[in-house]
Amino acid sequence: MDLDFSPEDAAFRAEVRAFIAENYPQALRDKQRDEEALSKEDYLSWHRILAAKGWSAPSWPKEWGGTGWTPTQKYIWSEEQARADTISVLPFGVNMLAPVVYTFGTEEQKARFLPGIRDGLVWWCQGYSEPGAGSDLASVKTKAERITGGDGKEYYLVNGQKTWTTLGQYADWGFFLVRTDPTAKPQAGISFLLIDMKSPGITVRPLITLEGGHEVNDVFLDNVKVPVENRIHNENQGWTCAKALLLHERSGIAGVARSKRGLERLRQVSRTYLSDDATPLLSDPFFKRKVAELEIDLTALEFTELRTLAGESSGKGPGPESSILKIKGTEIQQRLTDLALEAAAHYGAPYLRGLPHNIGAIGPDEAHGVAGAYFNTRKTSIYGGSNEIQRNIIAKAVLGL
Amino acid sequence: MDFSFTDEQTMLRDTVASYLADHYDFDTRRNAIKSASGWRPEVWKSFAEELGILGAAFSEEQGGLGGGPIDNMVVMEEFGKALVVEPYVGTVVIGGGFLKHAKPAGADELIGKIIAGEVTIAFAYAEPQGRYNLANLTTTARKDGSGYVLNGHKAVVVGAPWASHLIVTARTGGGQRDTGGVSVFLVDKNAGGVVTRDYPTVDGRRASEVFFENVSVPAEALIGAEGEALPLIEQVVDEAIAATCAEACGVLRKLHEGTLEYTKQRKQFGVPIASFQVLQHRMVDMFINVEQAVSMTYMAHIRIGEPAAERAKSLSAAKVQIGRACKFVGQNAIQLHGGMGMTDEMAIGHYFKRATIIEGEYGSVDHHLRRYETLSLDAAA
Repeated sequence: MDLDFSPEDAAFRAEVRAFIAENYPQALRDKQRDEEALSKEDYLSWHRILAAKGWSAPSWPKEWGGTGWTPTQKYIWSEEQARADTISVLPFGVNMLAPVVYTFGTEEQKARFLPGIRDGLVWWCQGYSEPGAGSDLASVKTKAERITGGDGKEYYLVNGQKTWTTLGQYADWGFFLVRTDPTAKPQAGISFLLIDMKSPGITVRPLITLEGGHEVNDVFLDNVKVPVENRIHNENQGWTCAKALLLHERSGIAGVARSKRGLERLRQVSRTYLSDDATPLLSDPFFKRKVAELEIDLTALEFTELRTLAGESSGKGPGPESSILKIKGTEIQQRLTDLALEAAAHYGAPYLRGLPHNIGAIGPDEAHGVAGAYFNTRKTSIYGGSNEIQRNIIAKAVLGL
Repeated sequence: MDFSFTDEQTMLRDTVASYLADHYDFDTRRNAIKSASGWRPEVWKSFAEELGILGAAFSEEQGGLGGGPIDNMVVMEEFGKALVVEPYVGTVVIGGGFLKHAKPAGADELIGKIIAGEVTIAFAYAEPQGRYNLANLTTTARKDGSGYVLNGHKAVVVGAPWASHLIVTARTGGGQRDTGGVSVFLVDKNAGGVVTRDYPTVDGRRASEVFFENVSVPAEALIGAEGEALPLIEQVVDEAIAATCAEACGVLRKLHEGTLEYTKQRKQFGVPIASFQVLQHRMVDMFINVEQAVSMTYMAHIRIGEPAAERAKSLSAAKVQIGRACKFVGQNAIQLHGGMGMTDEMAIGHYFKRATIIEGEYGSVDHHLRRYETLSLDAAA
């Protein structure tokens, strides 16, 4: 048992650090600094640069573009990205859909879909939740009926509504859970379909969240024709795909490296903010205690994640323990934004999105958007299976209760 | 011992509640806060003329209804339930408070205008460097002939875009954080040299950065004794804290009720999610938080007239309890609403945002814990 970085690891760190420094687009960095909304092209630009280098999908099997990195190298990679405040490669294709495709797809499907995901050419979105199917995902009602098209080919005719589709407004394609057997038990009648978002009958409608942002959408499907060959895995076995995907979603959700960077930034700004007695806020015993507690919890999460990673590299896939990472990871992200808001004091209140364009930002730079971030981060304990559902999973699958 | 309300207070509550039910539903409020001005002067006019509530807490000699802090509490709790943005705390509680306690020349006339709805006041006390320390001031008031000249920058002055007058704290002497040398001035917002940058706040109100650039005010603008106003400021801020705690009680009740309603009708796994024990216990804990907040709000209003040290301790204790309740109840209300809680279209998120800002208003939990701790140690010494 050791945590030492080998000389190879140190060289690897130097290599990726230099690569990011040389290749991360300055235009993107400027927009991030100014908190400008990122366009579709912005999101994809970094992905494509990584793809050209062969680093856009580190965890995939090597034959499809995985890097073959050791868990330590992957850990270094996520640390270095967080350190440089890069945007993340969008998770929907690379981390969520791709494992389903390379695990359950046919060779033809792998060849058709994986390169576009890897190279950042196709933007994917998720069609899982429905108005009546959130925590109870297996109760999805969106219906897919087999029909024969005028061309003599087999199709599914899909009707229903999906919701909370993150960044669906940009999506080229989506992966959907649909009901193909309404008579079977809920989990047994679901199929996993890939749908071209430009198909006739699809409407994407924005859902504005409480901080004023447009990240999520409703997706309506009205007689959408989907070729049968777009189904991954067997008909009515989509739940197997869904579960596998959720496990991968969960293990990526801990966000340790990003939270470490967030904590570092919180420390930095708490040195510049002044407390009631005009000393740095970070020297305030009440405040610094909370920062210390957060860091200790983050260390516990980090080592729990490292143990999980070590397990994965010895051949175990992500198991139900990944629910621990989801619960603690999201709680830590929420506490970080909570403390950032608290640190900003009065200047947490200005609503920057509501500012007329002729007025410059209000208050110190480090206070901008902290309330919005706090409000927005409440979603993290709700999405990807709420933290209550994660506890149910641990109770059942780990503790056998 | 009696925790009941008088008939007058009950009537006041009913009057306010029924007016707000008719004129302050969620959609109407939402349109108003998105409008150019961000508030509805006609609502303020109704408060004065139709409801007569702007005078509820002033004495009959002053033209009011002869009520006191409990009347403010009743009004503010109802305002919390409807997320009222109009500047009652700034104008009636803070503006009225300074005028009642210090009785500067012309106070009665101004109180008459407050009651009539002709004057609105915003409290310019916070400064960019000062955090929650009321004495940490770089704004100065220099003696100039018989009057004063004000210079400085006041931060996040809530209600300033709607105000006819500002009440401003400034240094007439002493060092930046000295308890001595602090004075209070009433300034016409249209006075030359008052520069504002107006903006919306995340909880649906409007505020300004206010800059004083050689603003000349007459001697009569001074409220209270020159250089000795900090105790007065603390008293009035404690009264504003009491009012804000009452508002929070209204907000918290709506957060809790809304969550109960939602979880009873939201079905997953074939049953209402309110049937899950883990959610039931969460809602019980939210309920306990709300009840404790209400108890502390009553305590705060009962003790608001105590001598300074006792009053300050009570108000800080109440604000700590309310701040914690706002966080716990607010966060869990969103959590139990799931994705729906994250949407702008549901009211619950708007209550959560107001609750979040209340946590820090007139001092965070940490600020008031420290103030309480200091006062307790002083009392024990």
